[in-house]
Amino acid sequence: MDAFVLSRIQFAANITFHILFPSITIGLGWLLLYFKFRFQRSKDEKWMELYFLFTKIFALSFSLGVVSGVTMSFQFGTNWPGYMNTVGNIAGPLLAYEVLTAFFLEASMLGIMLFGFRRVKPWVHSLATFLVAAGTTLSAFWILALNSWMHTPTGFEMIEGVAHATSWKEVIFNPSMPYRFVHAVLASGLTVAFLGAGLMAYKQLKGDNGPAARAGLRSCLFLAAVLAPLQLFVGDLHGTNTRDHQPQKLAAMEGLWEGGEGVHLTLFALPDEEARENRFEVSIPKLGSLIVTRDLNGYVRGLNAFEGEHPPVAPVFWAFRVMVGMGMLMILSGLYGGWMLLKKRELPRRFLQLLQAMTFAGWVATVAGWYVTEIGRQPWLVQGVLKSKDAVADLPPANVGATLAAYLVTYGILLVAYMTAVFYLTLHAKRSGDVNRKPNPT
Amino acid sequence: MNDLMQDGAWLPFVFAFLIGLSMLLYAVLDGYDLGVGLLSPFAPRSNRDRMIGSIGPFWDANETWLVLGVGLLLVAFPAAHGLVLGELYLPVALMLIGLIFRGVSFDFRKKVAPEKQARWDRIFFLSSLVVALSQGYMVGRFVVGFQPGWVSEVFSIFFGFLVVAGYGLMGACWLILKTEDELQRFAVKWARLGIWSMVAGAVLSSIAAPFVDTRIYDRMFAFPEATLLIAMPLVSMLLTVIMHFLLGALPMPGDRLSAMPFAISVSIFVLGFVGLVYSFHPYIVPGQLRIVEAAAAPESLKVILIGTGIVFPFLIGYTIFAYRVFRGKATDLSYD
Ligand code: HDD
Ligand code: HEM
Ligand code: HEM
Repeated sequence: MDAFVLSRIQFAANITFHILFPSITIGLGWLLLYFKFRFQRSKDEKWMELYFLFTKIFALSFSLGVVSGVTMSFQFGTNWPGYMNTVGNIAGPLLAYEVLTAFFLEASMLGIMLFGFRRVKPWVHSLATFLVAAGTTLSAFWILALNSWMHTPTGFEMIEGVAHATSWKEVIFNPSMPYRFVHAVLASGLTVAFLGAGLMAYKQLKGDNGPAARAGLRSCLFLAAVLAPLQLFVGDLHGTNTRDHQPQKLAAMEGLWEGGEGVHLTLFALPDEEARENRFEVSIPKLGSLIVTRDLNGYVRGLNAFEGEHPPVAPVFWAFRVMVGMGMLMILSGLYGGWMLLKKRELPRRFLQLLQAMTFAGWVATVAGWYVTEIGRQPWLVQGVLKSKDAVADLPPANVGATLAAYLVTYGILLVAYMTAVFYLTLHAKRSGDVNRKPNPT
Repeated sequence: MNDLMQDGAWLPFVFAFLIGLSMLLYAVLDGYDLGVGLLSPFAPRSNRDRMIGSIGPFWDANETWLVLGVGLLLVAFPAAHGLVLGELYLPVALMLIGLIFRGVSFDFRKKVAPEKQARWDRIFFLSSLVVALSQGYMVGRFVVGFQPGWVSEVFSIFFGFLVVAGYGLMGACWLILKTEDELQRFAVKWARLGIWSMVAGAVLSSIAAPFVDTRIYDRMFAFPEATLLIAMPLVSMLLTVIMHFLLGALPMPGDRLSAMPFAISVSIFVLGFVGLVYSFHPYIVPGQLRIVEAAAAPESLKVILIGTGIVFPFLIGYTIFAYRVFRGKATDLSYD
């Protein structure tokens, strides 16, 4: 394999590992704040118990997010120098603002949030928790602004092959930015909702039916019931945005080779790029046009209109189905769970087992969604501006291969350790019967 | 001077300064917490939680300075960033993997079943060692301008050990400041070891450096700058002697002067750093790329500089706040 392919795999491996942890911390910060407020209003210990358990999970996720993020920040220079040389004037400021406004805020306040409970006044501690949550969301904002700009670049001009910003407002609020930001933040909320629900279900299945486990499950299920349908709605809007700006990506997502009016919606197929057709296709007539254009007979462009210029079809097609499939499962389980709770009925054991199995469902959907987005942009690195193969570093393949292997081993170990630790903490985190052991300073 | 003011030609120098500052802050701040990691296996087990507790609230923000330094290099001098990181591809990867394990191990050690804790403690030590060694090695490679050949390789490896000693010293001094009783006495002992291995390392590398890299040699003997370059080791020597006697007298009743060793070790580190940087100027990559040649477009740099100007006071503000909240002697950390 050449250095280009290896560099791509390495980048994909690193970012896939990195995104797992922000996708938890972005949502979890706000959930912690919610637990804290519930405690402050009701003085009910169960909220503090939840707060402490999820704080530990937050700390663990955060440190994994930070260390894998540090790796990311070196990646551009080590493997993709052409990226910075061409669009560095755009990407640079956005990355710099992320570090300056978000990372330092999170990192400094995190210490106070984690270890400062008895050292600062309660409101200062709540403020620190708020700032950490806001900081993670802010870093998502900046990095997604950059990522969205790579898909729908606006507000710049090319001078001698180098991008120069003409309007920072257009660079940051580029056409796909609002959709991507909302969709990704909701994704994080869902990831956390199912993580929490899965862990609390696990606790109950292990025989701990205490007030904290019940309150935790309840909060997470209601969160899922609200966010999951919302995500379908936002995702659909995101898709129409993609139709306008990256039609070749949309065609790959739909597995639609020949465009036209009143196209079908493909549910299942094995796209064959050699023959340029789908095998074993199962489809519903007209539905494709309805979803994409809001009109039964609307016109949709197919892959054949972009021959030689479109992304690899099968990975995009399948990743999209994995994400939407997970989304549907989340909607069903969220609504069912929420309804049962509203009716004040016991959740059946089978359902608890399902929730436990879905503990990391958010990760699956998130990673699949990113694969749709990023592979769907190929062969471009910055849509219409820079091709991936023109950005890669000229490195000895053996070096890239060696580091790739080392990263994969590292990530494998840490992923197993993380998942084990999360379940272990859920069962063994100490009961916070002694929250008032020592008074807070006032 | 006039053409410096035109077209933001001064911007690259401001950014070179900011990058240097971030790197220095990184080396000092993450240096002391890596140092604590290096010392962690030598303390009795009963004291280990407290050692790690002394850096728990800080390491994350400390490491962020590295992200800022590398980020600014990437942004302001993309050409230099590509060149440096391309040359250092393997040691950078080694350092990153070290940083990954270092960062997660002290989170994991308290969140896994008790019988697994010893494993994460070992990982904590080993990864701190890997990070310190690879960083030192990279500084060495950088100093010799990435020259190939075994002489410069050996020199760089040697630099790796020098950095280990330096971080260890700062870690020990941090512990003198943040701990008491038995652990503090241990720390004093470690600091004494650290300071003399630093001296040995510094002397050896000063002797070796001019032979490995002629540019530094030329500078050393070019008056009048030479006076400055000579003053620096002299001041460091003086500080070392003061440190030696100070350490002999510590710990004092009422914990007097317990902050002094840390202040002195940081000063020595800063002096060494400034000396190094001074010997590079005006190059951003020694012998290969000048600051002005490597810079990005002024309009982007201006955008960043404005942001930096606005954010910096806040950043300093809440950093001070965080250190104030956790001032005083360290305790075993707990979340509640
Ligand atoms: C919990 C995670 C999750 C769930 C349940 C869904 N998504 Fe999603 N999706 C993401 C997480 C995600 C993501 C990881 O956050 C992506 C990648 C980039 C982005 O902006 O969001 C994404 C991308 C993404 C894109 C690609 C847009 C582009 O790059 O041009 C589309 C069209 C959709 N989503 C649509 C949907 C639909 C119709 C869903 C139906 C339920 C859905 N998503 C559920
Ligand atoms: C938001 C910030 C992101 C930026 C700036 C970014 C940038 C990049 C870059 C530079 C490449 C390498 C060049 C290429 O092969 O095209 C790439 C490819 C890729 N990225 Fe992203 N990415 C981001 C987010 C993500 C996330 C969160 C994921 C997944 C979880 C992801 C998955 C991938 C994959 C799978 C590839 C390889 C595509 C291929 O080569 O076929 N990206 N992206
Ligand atoms: C290629 C792109 C990326 C780079 C270079 C990058 C870089 C980093 C770095 C250096 C950190 C550590 C910050 C610290 O020291 O505190 C970090 C953390 C973080 N990143 Fe990324 N990142 C990338 C992609 C993403 C994406 C796609 C998202 C989310 C949508 C994201 C969200 C976050 C968040 C929320 C944090 C805070 C720490 C945490 O909660 O884990 N990043 N990132």
